[in-house]
Amino acid sequence: MPAWGRLLAHGIVWALGIAFLVPFAVVVLNSLRTAQEIAQSAMIGWPESWAFSNYAEAWSEFCVAQSCTGLRPFMWNSAAVTIPATVISTLLGAIAGYAISLWRFRGDTWIFGLVTLGIFLPQQVRLIPWTFVLRDIGLINTLTGLVVIHTIQGMSFTTLFCRNYYVSIPQDLMKAARIDGAGFFRTFFRIVLPLSPPILIVTVIWQFTHIWNEFLYGVTFTTGSQQPVTAALIGLNAAIADVPQYGVQSAAVVLAALPTLLVYLFGGKYFLRGLTAGAVK
Amino acid sequence: MSALSLKGITKAFGSMPVLKGIDMEIENGEFTVLVGPSGCGKSTLLNIIAGLEPATGGTVEIGGRIVNDVAPKDRNIAMVFQTYALYPSMTVRQNITFGLECRNVPKREREAAVTRVAALLQIESLLDRKPSQLSGGQRQRVAMGRALVRDPLLFLFDEPLSNLDAKLRVEMRMEIKQLHQRIRSTNVYVTHDQIEAMTMATRIAVMHQGEVQQFADPDTVYNRPANLFVARFMGAPPMNTLPARIETAAGGVRAVVGRGETAVALPLPAAFAAQAGREVVLGLRPECIAEEDRRFGHGGERVTLELPVEMTEPTGAETIVLARLGGERALARVSPDVRLRSGDRGRFVLDMRRACLFDPGTGALIA
Repeated sequence: MPAWGRLLAHGIVWALGIAFLVPFAVVVLNSLRTAQEIAQSAMIGWPESWAFSNYAEAWSEFCVAQSCTGLRPFMWNSAAVTIPATVISTLLGAIAGYAISLWRFRGDTWIFGLVTLGIFLPQQVRLIPWTFVLRDIGLINTLTGLVVIHTIQGMSFTTLFCRNYYVSIPQDLMKAARIDGAGFFRTFFRIVLPLSPPILIVTVIWQFTHIWNEFLYGVTFTTGSQQPVTAALIGLNAAIADVPQYGVQSAAVVLAALPTLLVYLFGGKYFLRGLTAGAVK
Repeated sequence: MSALSLKGITKAFGSMPVLKGIDMEIENGEFTVLVGPSGCGKSTLLNIIAGLEPATGGTVEIGGRIVNDVAPKDRNIAMVFQTYALYPSMTVRQNITFGLECRNVPKREREAAVTRVAALLQIESLLDRKPSQLSGGQRQRVAMGRALVRDPLLFLFDEPLSNLDAKLRVEMRMEIKQLHQRIRSTNVYVTHDQIEAMTMATRIAVMHQGEVQQFADPDTVYNRPANLFVARFMGAPPMNTLPARIETAAGGVRAVVGRGETAVALPLPAAFAAQAGREVVLGLRPECIAEEDRRFGHGGERVTLELPVEMTEPTGAETIVLARLGGERALARVSPDVRLRSGDRGRFVLDMRRACLFDPGTGALIA
């Protein structure tokens, strides 16, 4: 690539990076400024004194919809939804992808097509069917209900990812396992699963981020103390609409975003590696 | 009772027939090689024996038991794959014992079996390594160990040497043969390499287009090929196949190659007299055409000829000469001392006792 071309490419990458980072920087800076300071100066500015108390307040004191518990219980709600849904959907997706790619059976491509169709169905389309399902199985306004939704919907992605990774596992390995006498699950747990960390990291990061950040189902199917943190954040905004508390609000936003940020910071390297794994046979 | 008996095995993928009725009886302790060009159905046949693919028709009998509906693990077989198919996340020891583990063999017995096999294959020092830490030859040994450890009735090999480099391939070929001689296992070995077939087999099944062309010991396959396909497939360089007419003259039976001035008459053994008057394809191995002072291993009439040389290929151990015989191209194997050049006329001696005659229409061996 000629020098000016590289310069252009770098320029675009930097511009994009800055465009993504500026809003986040503003939020982080505001989370460290007092409400007074923000009201008196501008929305964008360097903190005059470091107001760490915003975080303590957002975490455990702030009032959301008449209960002054801060974000803490809602963070736990999100964790209680995200962690089981991520683990279960990843494991089921791995087994489904393994079955589809390595145990060819009649109609397997159709099943694969149906499962992955879920990726292309907009969330809004599924909202009303889920309402009926949750109502009928008695899980409206429960965290378990959200776990069920995210596990099932997540399987479209996890199955697709795992299937695409597993098709590069040589068929001879499966033949050897059959002759050795390993059945479906023994082959999966002893031979296929140990080969899977690259793709499991991808699906775990993907699922964790999406489920943690999900808002529509959280706000539709849960209320009050059952809400995940994304839904609670809105409640927090509504509660202080009359007296803006930008500092505390910003701190709450940073806290709510922290888990996915950490997952990405620690796992991003593996994420990129896993996405390209299997691309070259 | 045969170790393996195949009766009328057919296989079709959709409407495309891949195997067209294979019958084969394999005795205990035999080393059978299935050889043929790619696409001849040899690997499919092996998969059917293993139970990894169902046959469309026919029966597979292993050790006297019909196994058509028996799962691979219960057929009392072991298999070595071209890609070795070692489990990447397991150590060599775990790879070897995995089959025993699946059969719930107690740990102490598994350990004893691993020790026995590791000693047999001299891989004791590798037992705690992962497959990725092994060389190609070592992986090959481990794959064999995995097959040997269960002491099955039948060993199946699917082109096990084709991923190795030439030198290692020759070494492993010898090792596999020695191992067979030592433990007298019953082997079915698939390869496209006719040298592997010749060197290792007690019997060779030459396959082509889903049919067994010939099933016989290596000597017969090489010297009395059942048809022109076998004649041309086995042997490198392949058998010369020259159109000829069989005539009787005062001196006996002759095969006349070519017409007019360039025609060459080659005297044949008297037994070929019955074919007099026929148009045939004369098959003559390249080693049956040699430099003039060569002595073939039997008495009999010496046929010497002067032939124009088109090209020579020195291989070191011998020189392959492309000559014109009655206007047809024929290959000869001469001693490397014989310095012939393109355009020369060389004097050759022919060993006509080993000539084969084929029907030009069907390609079948007639005499």
